[in-house]
Amino acid sequence: MFDLLTLQQYWWFLISLLGALFVFMTFVQGGQTLLYTLAKTEDERDVLVNSLGRKWELTFTALVMFGGALFAAMPLFYAVSFGGAYYVWMGILFCFIIQAVSYEYRKKPDNIYGERFYEALLYINGSLGIFLIGVAVATLFSGGNFIVNENNLSHWTVESYGLEALLNPFNIAFGLMLVFLSRFQGALYFLNNVNVPSITARIKKVVLINFGIFLLLFLYVVSTILFMDGLRYDATTSVISVESMKFFHSFMHMPLLIVLLLIAVSALLYGVFIAVAKNAQKAIWFSGFGVTLTVLVLFLILGLDSSVFYPSLADMQSSLTIENSSASQYTLEVMSIVSLLVPVVVLYIIFVWRSMDKSQITIDEVKSDPHHY
Amino acid sequence: MEQTELLVDWSRAQFALTALYHWLFVPLTLGLTFIVAIMETIYVKTGDEKWKQTTKFWMGLLAINFAIGLATGIIMEFEFGTNWSNYSWIVGDIFGAPLAIEGLMAFFMESTFFAVMFFGWNKVSKKAHLLSTWLVAIGSNLSALWILVANGWMQHPVGMKFNPDTARNEMESFWEVFFNPNAVSKFLHTISSGYVLASLFVIGISAWYLLKKRDTQFAKRSIIVASSFGLITSLFLLTTGDESAHQVALNQPMKLAAMEGLYDGEKRAGIVAFGVLDPKKEIGDNHAPFLLSFEIPGALSFLGYHDLNAFVPGIKNLIQGSKEHGILSIPEKMEKGRIAVAALGAYKKFKKEGDLLQASQALKTFEQNQAYMGYGYLKKPEDAVPNVALSFYSFHTMVGLGTWFLILFVISLYYSMTNEMHNKKWLLYLAIATIPLGYVAQEAGWIVAEAGRQPWAIQDLLPVGMAASNITSTSVMVTFWLFAVLFTALLIAEVKIMIKQIKIGPEGH
Repeated sequence: MFDLLTLQQYWWFLISLLGALFVFMTFVQGGQTLLYTLAKTEDERDVLVNSLGRKWELTFTALVMFGGALFAAMPLFYAVSFGGAYYVWMGILFCFIIQAVSYEYRKKPDNIYGERFYEALLYINGSLGIFLIGVAVATLFSGGNFIVNENNLSHWTVESYGLEALLNPFNIAFGLMLVFLSRFQGALYFLNNVNVPSITARIKKVVLINFGIFLLLFLYVVSTILFMDGLRYDATTSVISVESMKFFHSFMHMPLLIVLLLIAVSALLYGVFIAVAKNAQKAIWFSGFGVTLTVLVLFLILGLDSSVFYPSLADMQSSLTIENSSASQYTLEVMSIVSLLVPVVVLYIIFVWRSMDKSQITIDEVKSDPHHY
Repeated sequence: MEQTELLVDWSRAQFALTALYHWLFVPLTLGLTFIVAIMETIYVKTGDEKWKQTTKFWMGLLAINFAIGLATGIIMEFEFGTNWSNYSWIVGDIFGAPLAIEGLMAFFMESTFFAVMFFGWNKVSKKAHLLSTWLVAIGSNLSALWILVANGWMQHPVGMKFNPDTARNEMESFWEVFFNPNAVSKFLHTISSGYVLASLFVIGISAWYLLKKRDTQFAKRSIIVASSFGLITSLFLLTTGDESAHQVALNQPMKLAAMEGLYDGEKRAGIVAFGVLDPKKEIGDNHAPFLLSFEIPGALSFLGYHDLNAFVPGIKNLIQGSKEHGILSIPEKMEKGRIAVAALGAYKKFKKEGDLLQASQALKTFEQNQAYMGYGYLKKPEDAVPNVALSFYSFHTMVGLGTWFLILFVISLYYSMTNEMHNKKWLLYLAIATIPLGYVAQEAGWIVAEAGRQPWAIQDLLPVGMAASNITSTSVMVTFWLFAVLFTALLIAEVKIMIKQIKIGPEGH
């Protein structure tokens, strides 16, 4: 059908797209951290929770899908990173386990731990969970302490199993960047989805503050990526070597990505601008498009142009590339056929989303529904 | 070396803990989604608001269960990477695919239409809502399909080839993996067990209302739907169970022997209908395996091979081998396995040195012995035997309870047809008491399937000891206890919330 490299690139694109859509969907997590900032009364808070409550499962599913796609298409990464950076991934999973029950149990009588407890769980999921995901993604640029042996079995070289990533300022900045991104996105989502004037009145300030912090972190992260030493592999010998300003060069080799990044950032800025200037309901669509495209470009730069997408700090030649860590040609072919389902899934999600969100959610609607969260 | 064993034990303990917890919630979802869909269909057909209320009540309980099912489920997929990273590499090329397909095909369907099912009553048309409810049911069952394709493959690996260069198994035929007879029977058996559990759940809770003499019309309606559904599906459960046992006999004879406590093989082997194992019994001694037993002659031969006179090998035969029955002994398999492991190492070494002739010879040796490669990692022949008591008791618990469920469905359907159910207090009490038994049977079934597969992660191919991640046992111990505390805390909340909702009753919906 296609040659192996094309399939590997196609699957790296799909993984990147999934990662990008997941980051967009983390407006749910950001929203969870704003429950007490944007809402001042019980009723207001209920509206926010119910507004997020219709979306959170999609974000959750996108994360699971991201894991599944990595397992099927890049099994060596799945084995090396999950089995090595053990504590970080486990931390992320715990943050999502506690989210899954919180919406349903928060308001239920006899929920033992009380409403505030479940709201705290939502806060942890929205802050720590997203921060750790950011740290984990950052290590795709900054590297992990692993060694892969001649049978492709791997081990981590430090017993902090991933927690050492927290000592790297770049990783920390990346994690915080995602947290503030999800927060202003969460606020923009509420602007779109919720019809409670008192809440809307508080959104502008929240967007400005969180976007401002995000922007500073974003500039730091992107400039670090552009000027950092990167790893490149030789397509014929598979030998990996250091190249200064590797990602800068990769952008130069793929000018399309520069164009996409400029479009992405413009859309993001426009979205934030119309939200702040005009309280525009549709702001989330522009900023969301911008966020998705930005993350997509950042992932693509990791996988294409003979890049290393997971550098090893312990043994450079153990570093992972889309060529040395992918599934077999046959499996990638099978999965590529399966991926034809993606548009179907996307279409029904859009269709359902539109029919459920025809009108904005109000306090009365939440109160009149005995099944509300 | 000791450290490795400790690591494997903790990794297994953690996987078992999380899987058993997850499995408390999945079967109910599998079945209750269908029961709710049937109820809503009756509502849409008849337009009777009472059926809508009935639907909404059970849907409410479903949501409480669904949430904790998701919470305990997300870890299952990632645990293959975090705790079984060698496994993830060695068989990930085959195993990853069904998991990814599960996400794409099933999880998105479930989560998208779940929101419509709960919040869409006034937002979409009646028919669109009904369709969404059915799609949630289909989605959750599709998810079971793919995860059991994956699990079936662990029990009976097919459709792949070992690639010595990448040192992993690679998929050769997707359809062979998908239509793996073990996966098919496992899938059908598992989903029907979910339908049975959900039926027991609905009957038991409705029986409580009848005992309390409240919401009686609602309860009677629910019992009729659930006992019809339960009766049909438990007949299906029986036939698929028979097929599952047949598959075990064909592909995992050691597991079958352990399930039946059969040490010495025989023709016309019987099934122990009831038995107490002698805990002092060891492989190779002359003790009788049972302190007390009641056997149905010929039944095991028939169940396993569909032939009353078939020879069923016992644990001893499988270890010592038997020329007469064409069974290779475990020591011989271990020897071949060691040759395969050494040849693979030699192949790698010669290839690296550029000695292609030697490399191809080593590869030939490897290929001749590769079928037994997994045995090369076992330390002693007895390691090939799963825990007999655990396999035996869980298997017999499952079968015994399954039989009781069938009887209960017959009785409750009969009395609800004659409209006498509410007068039969003994039956109502039995129905309530059977809910926890349904869960016991579910967990027992899962234990037979997974503990009975030991020592293999992938049958005959990869022992659990080789499959684990290379981390310290302390790390796994830490997360084990975190899971134990968190899941228990969530379970307690779930049960309390569920009981409260039942007490509030359908009027509150």
